[in-house]
Amino acid sequence: MSAAQQPTPTPAASPEPAESSRWHNVFREITTGNAIISVLAVVLALLVGAVMIAFTNPNVQESAGYFFSRPGDMLSAVWDAVSGAYSALFQGSVYNFRRPSFADGIKPLTETLTYATPLIAAGLGVALGFRVGLFNIGGRGQMLIAATLGGWVAFALELPAGIHMIAALVAGVLGGALWGGLVGLLKARTGAHEVITTIMLNYVAFYLVSFLLRDGFLKTPGSNNPKSPASKETAVFFDLLGPNYNLHFGFILVIGATVFTWWLLSRSNLGFKFRAVGENPNAAKVAGISVQRMYVYAMLFSGGLVGLAGINQVLGTTTSGFGAGIDSGIGFDAITVALLGRSKPWGVFAAGILFGAFKAGSFSMQAAEGVPIDIVLVVQSLIVLFIAAPPLVRAIFRLPAPGAPRRRPLPNVTQEVAAK
Amino acid sequence: MKLELRGITKRFGALVANDDINLTIEEGEIHALLGENGAGKSTLMNVLYGLYRAEEGEILLDDVAQHFAGPGDAMNAGIGMVHQHFMLIPVFTVAENVMLGHEQTRVGGTLDLAAARTRVREISDRFGFDVDPDALVENLPVGVQQRVEIIKALSRDAKVLVFDEPTAVLTPQETDELMNIMRQLKAAGTSIVFITHKLREVREVADRITVIRLGKVVGTASPTASNEELATLMVGRAVDLTVDKAPATPGAPALVVTNLTVIDPLGQILVNDVSFDVKVGEILAIAGVQGNGQTELTEALMGLQPRVTGDIALDGKSLRGHSVRQVLDAGVGFVPEDRTRDGLVGGFTIAENLMLDRSNKLPFVKRFNLQLAFLADFARTKVKEFDVRSQGIETPVGRLSGGNQQKVVLARELSRDLRLFVAAQPTRGLDVGSIEFVHERIVATRDAGTPVIVISTELDEVAALADRIMVMYRGRIVGIVPGDTPRSVLGLMMAGETPAEGAAA
Repeated sequence: MSAAQQPTPTPAASPEPAESSRWHNVFREITTGNAIISVLAVVLALLVGAVMIAFTNPNVQESAGYFFSRPGDMLSAVWDAVSGAYSALFQGSVYNFRRPSFADGIKPLTETLTYATPLIAAGLGVALGFRVGLFNIGGRGQMLIAATLGGWVAFALELPAGIHMIAALVAGVLGGALWGGLVGLLKARTGAHEVITTIMLNYVAFYLVSFLLRDGFLKTPGSNNPKSPASKETAVFFDLLGPNYNLHFGFILVIGATVFTWWLLSRSNLGFKFRAVGENPNAAKVAGISVQRMYVYAMLFSGGLVGLAGINQVLGTTTSGFGAGIDSGIGFDAITVALLGRSKPWGVFAAGILFGAFKAGSFSMQAAEGVPIDIVLVVQSLIVLFIAAPPLVRAIFRLPAPGAPRRRPLPNVTQEVAAK
Repeated sequence: MKLELRGITKRFGALVANDDINLTIEEGEIHALLGENGAGKSTLMNVLYGLYRAEEGEILLDDVAQHFAGPGDAMNAGIGMVHQHFMLIPVFTVAENVMLGHEQTRVGGTLDLAAARTRVREISDRFGFDVDPDALVENLPVGVQQRVEIIKALSRDAKVLVFDEPTAVLTPQETDELMNIMRQLKAAGTSIVFITHKLREVREVADRITVIRLGKVVGTASPTASNEELATLMVGRAVDLTVDKAPATPGAPALVVTNLTVIDPLGQILVNDVSFDVKVGEILAIAGVQGNGQTELTEALMGLQPRVTGDIALDGKSLRGHSVRQVLDAGVGFVPEDRTRDGLVGGFTIAENLMLDRSNKLPFVKRFNLQLAFLADFARTKVKEFDVRSQGIETPVGRLSGGNQQKVVLARELSRDLRLFVAAQPTRGLDVGSIEFVHERIVATRDAGTPVIVISTELDEVAALADRIMVMYRGRIVGIVPGDTPRSVLGLMMAGETPAEGAAA
């Protein structure tokens, strides 16, 4: 080949795709990694939480002053503070031993499930997004739109019981789906990043709802409060265990949603395409899967599931009318729940119940032991932190890295033992 | 400097990656380390470079035992490494990359870039590298980036240079230039370890050859050994490097491409007014140096390029402007050139990858439901038929070796009813055994009456498979010549020269 006529080939491998795939891998590891990491992250977070409970406890602080003369005092104070706080957390979220009857004692568990209901629904939505490689931070906006549409159907229309509830439910889920689908459409058509658009649409939804509550169709006639009228009895979710418990039909819906999401992701062809796009959009495209269309569908489903959380708020939790804060941060907690659940439907279900338990238990922890609710928030945040840093958790517990050759128990160790 | 490895053994748990390896590299010698992918070559070099610690054995430089705790120690002792994946920072200049890690500073901690520049120029001039110290690395072609790596090693006074699969990313010309560089370095007294699995390169440049298989040294050879002898040593059994194929019996033209032009989003013309056809029962090889429009041409065929003019007709029906799905449904099978990026979903199981482009209808999907039982049966059959070595159909494809990954892609594409089969760089990065298998399959597909297009930058492959050869240069067709055209003519055509004798075939 003549050197003079050297063509100038374009560099075959530009560094850019390698960079993006590294980010992609990190995203995937954080969102869909090992379940063991989740469990250990919770354990670690509780341990750190215990340290903080001990530090903030006045008895511990006092006994620390004379630690070197009587160390036992401080140790027992630490034990009392930590065990007291965590047992209050347990009694406030699972079973209260101080109540006389089982029916009363089990009430905290039903509270946990009630709190868990919207967390699971919204968590499923965020998790579905994660599996398609989308980061849906728009839970708040999607919940607000769902609550608006569903809530309006619930207080404004006159329909027979049951049908009314279904109509409100459908309106809410559709509302969330549309608000989410809009994000998918923007991404598919213009390439707008979903993190930006979902955050912005959160504001749009918040101020839209605020406006509607003041001057629009959500306004309660004859009231200056920015609060909607109460949902009609015909639309409200019925109680599952009678009037003594807050647990309502929404929990059954969420179980259904979990089963549906599981089926969608692991048994349906749409879910197959979702996962293919999430794992490797390039290969999906070459295999004839329309990546753009999958983004739109995924955001529709994701928004719909988050919408279920929104409708759950107005038909189950706060039926006496809602304000612009009806989402109560669930859209953001859902991200944590999805991460902790490793973006797997039943994992999200379990994570949602754990977070429901934190919510239910934190009140009794504060009431019984004077431990601030903020500790629980810190524990929740630490969980996210540990999940986002799998190598840290692996290092602490000496777990092997994924993909590393599996270490068998070394035979020479046993030989040494035998020799001794 | 003389390098000696004595009895190196490296284990990963139960796996013995290096088993009692002895190797001596004399001063001023090019020593080729030949072996299939996964034979343990890279592990051995990582031991040498201080990245791994061997369980047994020792490393000697000029008969003095060395103890490397990390790459820093190895570098200080005079060992340099040119990695397969370059360890350069794209947004830094050449000089900045070369000084990175042992920057010289002047008073007040300012970087002495001038000194680094001089050093780069000096080395570059000495070996005729022609590298501009102030060029940004990201703007350089791959071959020049590799030279920067070499300069980097030499600037630290490396006396032993290890090249880890250096030609995997290079075009044929760049490969030739690298060979020249190696010879110059050798003449200057540098010892070179050249890791590769490409036989031709080894025979061209190496002084001595050590063959590694399954972590053991299985033999040494001289560069005069034949390809067959080396391949047999490497694979451990007799290997047939020539592809058995009967003369083609071409039928009617199946794929007719007329005046095809592909324009990228920036308005550059990547494929320029290309017309050709492929007949039933023949293999058309598209040869050319990487980056001359072959990739874009195949993408245009598959419906992956947005701006395409001209016409693509398969069996009389136009495919231009159709979606990938429609092109696949029209019976086009496609092996993309970068299988891990475009051909497979690494986190998916073998079974899932086998249905990747068939996720829309029967038999894999029935009323939105995946037919998992059917898929499992299908996958088991295909894994057996295509000899995919794995722990089962549930193994994630990302854990397989390159050869087995490519077999999964082939199994998927060849199990559909094909009217056309397009294979881009079908054996890139594969070991000899897998190459043999892939070539057999491609010829079998042709013999079954399917028109086949093979895109390859490897002349060996083109020569082995093609019934007709179409050479591309800068987006245009230089010529379409018969399959038995001599290499020298093809080489000239790849550089853009129109062949003197009859271009049409």
